[in-house]
Amino acid sequence: MNPFTYSRVVDPNEAVTGIAAKPQGKFLGGGTNLIDLMKMGVETPDALIDINRLPLAQIEELPDNKGVRVGAMVRNSDLAEHALIRSRYPVLSEALLSGASPQLRNMATVGGNLLQRTRCYYFYDPAFPACNKRNPGSSCGAIDGYNRIHAILGQSEQCIATHPSDMCVALAALDAIVRVRGPKGEREIPFADFHRLPGNTPQRDTNLEHDELIEYVDLPAIPFASRSHYLKVRDRASYAFALVSVAAALDFDSSKKIKAARIALGGVAHKPWRANAAEKKLIGQPADEKTFRAAGEAELAAAKGYKHNSFKIELAKRAIVRALTTLGGMA
Amino acid sequence: MADESETPLGPDCGDLDELLIFGNPETRRQFIKQVAGTGVAITIGVNFVSGSGLTTEQPVAASPTTPGGDSVKTKLKINGKEYALDVDPRTTLLDALRERLHLTGSKKGCDHGQCGACTVLVNGRRVNSCLTLAVMHEGDEITTIEGLANGEELHPMQAAFIEHDGFQCGYCTPGQICSAVALLKENHAKSDDEIREWMSGNICRCGAYPNILAAIKGAKTKTST
Ligand SMILES: Cc1cc2nc3c(=O)[nH]c(=O)nc-3n(C[C@H](O)[C@H](O)[C@H](O)COP(=O)(O)OP(=O)(O)OC[C@H]3O[C@@H](n4cnc5c(N)ncnc54)[C@H](O)[C@@H]3O)c2cc1C
Ligand code: SF4
Ligand code: FES
Ligand code: FES
Repeated sequence: MNPFTYSRVVDPNEAVTGIAAKPQGKFLGGGTNLIDLMKMGVETPDALIDINRLPLAQIEELPDNKGVRVGAMVRNSDLAEHALIRSRYPVLSEALLSGASPQLRNMATVGGNLLQRTRCYYFYDPAFPACNKRNPGSSCGAIDGYNRIHAILGQSEQCIATHPSDMCVALAALDAIVRVRGPKGEREIPFADFHRLPGNTPQRDTNLEHDELIEYVDLPAIPFASRSHYLKVRDRASYAFALVSVAAALDFDSSKKIKAARIALGGVAHKPWRANAAEKKLIGQPADEKTFRAAGEAELAAAKGYKHNSFKIELAKRAIVRALTTLGGMA
Repeated sequence: MADESETPLGPDCGDLDELLIFGNPETRRQFIKQVAGTGVAITIGVNFVSGSGLTTEQPVAASPTTPGGDSVKTKLKINGKEYALDVDPRTTLLDALRERLHLTGSKKGCDHGQCGACTVLVNGRRVNSCLTLAVMHEGDEITTIEGLANGEELHPMQAAFIEHDGFQCGYCTPGQICSAVALLKENHAKSDDEIREWMSGNICRCGAYPNILAAIKGAKTKTST
């Protein structure tokens, strides 16, 4: 691990001032991704600003039934088990509990989870010379290499990495809003604009600026999200990253036709993938397998597989059908 | 290939990694084959410079630091005892426990948050001490395997692991026991399946899982009566 200076902050403004003065510095949340990457030599910050004591660990209802506000320092385990989340946004609770291990969830924060980096093998180990994300311009080791866990949607010739978070897939389906503080004050980032597609700048995972602190994630009120579900497909029953995952919520009208739908996919793209095409296909339709399959087909129509990951295209379609069938059964 | 001999678990320890980051075993095999083919050396999750004992050339800034110094003064409360330490900020909690305070009960398996051998309790909650820095824990109550027993009397979970033969080599056991103590407190031991799921962060290379499950159930019955 490279040497760094360590400091601790207790006030968000102090955190922002601190990071602005350290162009190579990083905030330290739970450390479960950053410290790991520092041990690997992938991240080499010269300063760590420990934000664990910021007063941002609350989960509160917003006034006027506007939803729920989650502090960036809330631990993944506490968010998953909170009564408001379990009752109103079960998809979020399920997504969190499907991720990592109990120990890691006790450490991992909401802010850190949003900014966790890809698990692409070539990115994670600097022994590989080629990785445009880690070393822009060095080419992509995965594209002609071993790419079983890589993207099938929205990728570029520069990078085919996936975003590994489960929590973020649920947040994408829920249209969460990320509230951040920078030197110029606060701003809100709609979830769809938070993470980026790789394009020609795969080194940038998100639209957060270096000197901005994530303070809160707001979950808008979505009454039908009380009927929502997270399906994670992986190589083991537990403790593995998703090959493909689906976060979904369905609302029905009085004739049991689908009135509204929220679907996001994990494990398929550089960002949590909101499945707009699939959602559109569902509206006004009966909740049956034919409808669900058509939705899956629509969403994956543009998918492109590589040597080892083409199986994800059919897997994603089937996962959509399975997740929606589970929800249909709950109607 | 990577020299994996420096890991406490010996040459096979790299397999822990395949259990977690890469998903299925096939992945790692293919991956290594491919890399071997290109002649590039790789090290997967095993070697790095441990923080302890090293000093940083850079001054450490702001609050909990020695002005202009190269290490951080910190106080750790472990098993009810206060320790004042001068640490390189890179020192993980695990390295501080083992290398500086000689509390070697907590084990280093993977050093990457994947195996659970380093599990300790911080303010009663289980965490992986290999992925957190010692300096982050000033003021926290840390409990390690050494702090569970009450004098000569074993903690009920320790006793249950012995009674049910919940280990073979014993390397994962301190982590398993700390994790299991937290598991009961969290009330996540309501069925066999729930115990398995909520103990999934603790890998046992010897495969003592059936007996670990039995031990946890045994301890649960004993402590709830
Ligand atoms: C073995 C293992 C298995 C895992 N399995 C899964 C899994 O199945 N599913 C899954 O979703 N995840 C999984 N994870 C990843 C885990 O969820 C992340 O490591 C965790 O969420 C990161 O949170 P943290 O607080 O520890 O972040 P840190 O490591 O502290 O920080 C990560 C990044 O976020 C930045 N940061 C943190 N907080 C803020 C803030 N408030 N504002 C601005 N920047 C901030 C840091 O500077 C850093 O760049 C796994 C991790 C491990 C080690
Ligand atoms: S997929 Fe992206 S992260 Fe992986 S090697 Fe290619 S550029 Fe790097
Ligand atoms: S040593 Fe393996 S999880 Fe910490
Ligand atoms: S690793 Fe040997 S007893 Fe678990």
